[in-house]
Amino acid sequence: MISPIILPLIAGLLCFLLNRRTFAIALAAAVANLLAVCFLTYQLLLFGPMRCHMGGWQPPLGITLRSDGPAVLMLLMTAVTGLAITVYARGYFSHRILNLRQATQHQEQQRYFWPLWMLLLAGLNGLFLSNDIFNLYVTLEIIAIAAASLAALSGKPASQLASFRYLLVSLLGSLTYLLGVVFLYRSCGILDLDILQHHVANGPGIRAALALMSIGLLLKTALVPLHFWLPPTHANALAPVSVILSGLVVKGSFYLLFRLWFEIFTQLITPSALNFMGTLGAVAILWGAVQAMRQHRLKLMVAYSTVSQLGYLFIAFPLSRIDESIQVWSIVIFMALGHACAKSALFMVAGAVFLHLGHDRIKDLNGVRASLPIPVFAYGIAGVSLMGLPPSAGFIGKWLLLTSSLTSSQWWWALVIITGSLLAMIYVFRVMSRFFVIPEDYSVTTSAPLSPLLEWPALIMALISLFLGLAASWPMKILATGNTALTQVFPGGLP
Amino acid sequence: MKTEKKSIRRIRNRGKRLDAWQLLLLFLLLCLTTVLGTIIWTMPENTSGLTDAVARLQEQSGVESPVTAVLLNFRGYDTLLEVMVLLLAVIGAWSLAKAPFSGQAADTGPVQMGVVRLLVPLMFLVAAYLVWQGSHLAGGAFQGGAILGAAGVLLLVTELLFLPAIPALPLRIGLVFGPLLFVVIALFCLCLTGHLLGYPEQAAGGLILLIETACAISIGLTLASLFAGGHPEDDHPQSVNPTEHSDKEEWP
Amino acid sequence: MITTLLYSMTGLLLFAMGLFTLFIHSHPLRKILAVNVMSTGVFLIMVATAYKPMPLGNIDPVPHAMVLTGIVVSVSVTALALLLACRVQETSNLDLLERKKQARIPEESRR
Repeated sequence: MISPIILPLIAGLLCFLLNRRTFAIALAAAVANLLAVCFLTYQLLLFGPMRCHMGGWQPPLGITLRSDGPAVLMLLMTAVTGLAITVYARGYFSHRILNLRQATQHQEQQRYFWPLWMLLLAGLNGLFLSNDIFNLYVTLEIIAIAAASLAALSGKPASQLASFRYLLVSLLGSLTYLLGVVFLYRSCGILDLDILQHHVANGPGIRAALALMSIGLLLKTALVPLHFWLPPTHANALAPVSVILSGLVVKGSFYLLFRLWFEIFTQLITPSALNFMGTLGAVAILWGAVQAMRQHRLKLMVAYSTVSQLGYLFIAFPLSRIDESIQVWSIVIFMALGHACAKSALFMVAGAVFLHLGHDRIKDLNGVRASLPIPVFAYGIAGVSLMGLPPSAGFIGKWLLLTSSLTSSQWWWALVIITGSLLAMIYVFRVMSRFFVIPEDYSVTTSAPLSPLLEWPALIMALISLFLGLAASWPMKILATGNTALTQVFPGGLP
Repeated sequence: MKTEKKSIRRIRNRGKRLDAWQLLLLFLLLCLTTVLGTIIWTMPENTSGLTDAVARLQEQSGVESPVTAVLLNFRGYDTLLEVMVLLLAVIGAWSLAKAPFSGQAADTGPVQMGVVRLLVPLMFLVAAYLVWQGSHLAGGAFQGGAILGAAGVLLLVTELLFLPAIPALPLRIGLVFGPLLFVVIALFCLCLTGHLLGYPEQAAGGLILLIETACAISIGLTLASLFAGGHPEDDHPQSVNPTEHSDKEEWP
Repeated sequence: MITTLLYSMTGLLLFAMGLFTLFIHSHPLRKILAVNVMSTGVFLIMVATAYKPMPLGNIDPVPHAMVLTGIVVSVSVTALALLLACRVQETSNLDLLERKKQARIPEESRR
């Protein structure tokens, strides 16, 4: 269970220390990470949820790692997306070094990208596996610092400003979360999540702790109206970094928020609190979609689309405990997995388009499909998942949301979801139509051909998001296994 | 006309009075503070935290100071991640800019040079003592590392000539040495006792001291590098000659 | 009891003051300092949690360990934020110069 954390950690250290063969180290770590997570899934299906005590010290004193259904699924998402990002980043940087001016600047960027990315991956895996609220704070900080440094890597003035704002907002979120942890420790005296589940009672201190931790995590997950930092940061970063930020980083803090609300503090949440989160989510969907339609640059449009899609995750709050037959986590997992794959594909396509054309203005993207067939195909398929058409994972998530809202007579959420899907269709097709219209004076631009490393990861991620809906029984099975009452303790800290 | 009046009022008000939004913010924050304050005031004092658990297992930890025991033994995994945070900050700092050394000899007077010559070795000594003392009194890797960092800052402020010429590889080795040793010992303990960071009971004190020393050196170098503010000159790999130049180079 | 309350209230006040300054002032250095003050406030509350009056026994070491970790994280983030603020300053200056140059060229060509 510790190897998803330790392997990228060592890889990051080695990438920083040695200056050569960084891609080989990073690729090896990403592949090993994926294999370790697959093995962990297999063990979960065999043995059920597991705990691993670090250093052999039992809770409440020691720190435990926990693997159960949702954690393993998020780890899988991170591992697969991480492998795609690693391959894509290699293609991206090689293309820039070989074909564009200022090669030394691009080489410097590449040199620092690998250690930062590997350490971020270690932090993400640590977040998904951890079972101790203070350890979660440290992993949140690792992710924040690595993400801010990666966001500033591109060197553009806009990206420096956006990264500075992101770092400050992230730090504010972490501090608020830490204040919540302090209140919780004052009330209960325990830092371990499992024991906290039984000790949490309805008191003012605990409510304050939940409120503070939620606000901190909402800042990090960019829910409207706290989303102001997200579009500039994601749009002005390098393409692989945008994929990392949109696909993985925002999911980490959301996962923590959902887990806190629905597993630890379950007694405290009132229907009005759930409806409040749902309302903010609805506003996010509509606002993000409207802003996405108004953008002139492809990357800004995709960034606002992230704001919109995160709203779906929050609409799941009032709709997750309605039906006893579906799992609490199922809506969130499908939406998160689908969004991670689709958004990665979109940002990878945006990066490929930028490298090919030198700009990403939407109105000048005419006829790109002639020279970049694979990225355009990937864009279309990813758009299918964003819009929520069958058989994609986005469809499964929206289907679960719609059925929940209709069976519980909360039909207004269904209206918002359908409107959101229609708006998503508008902004996806706005760009798609540009891709396919070839103007009369079109000539194929003579620039260097894109390496397959840039095109194929986008297509593969898009196809995964499409076919995840067909294979929907697998995540459901993992979720069902992972939430039983039996837990096994593995002192050896399974690899 | 209206915007002019508003901007004039804002210029006149700068630093003196708060406008409407800021007053609203002040009011909201006061409400928040009173709410949280009353919660703290009325919170019961009955929880003893984890004091008893620590006191019970103290002898098994290999050190006498409870804080060091918690930091490096019971919750050592947190410390491992925290050392990575420091390293991340350095990598981020290096990725942003080159370390701005002025390049010319600074005009240091005899008093400054004398102070530096006296203080820096003393600081090294105090840092070593703090690291060793961490096992039974307040001290440890971070405290010693902070003193070492301060020594580095003193050297940087004096703008000694040998500093820009420090090659990158020893610096990187020094920075990574602490975290890497920590991870190696953690894995070593995994092989020995079957738990990550589960020190064998006889060797716990010695292993903790080893980790603390390595981390103190790395932390000192980290803090000094953060103060230097950028990467050293020879940090990136050899530049490859680009084969073609493209005319359309915008900001990437 | 009174000691704990005193430290906790001071920490809370510091947190609130830092939060206010973070929103009000626009200078990057002020914002970074405000965040530092906020984190000091949070650590103060944490240390107050660990306090036990002398006759009762030892202090609670876990909040102390948390504060140590928090201070280290705070230092790293402050350093990174300061360097980013410097970069923002540099690049915005360069950007301004670049734009001024580009604005001057069409003027000259028009003449």
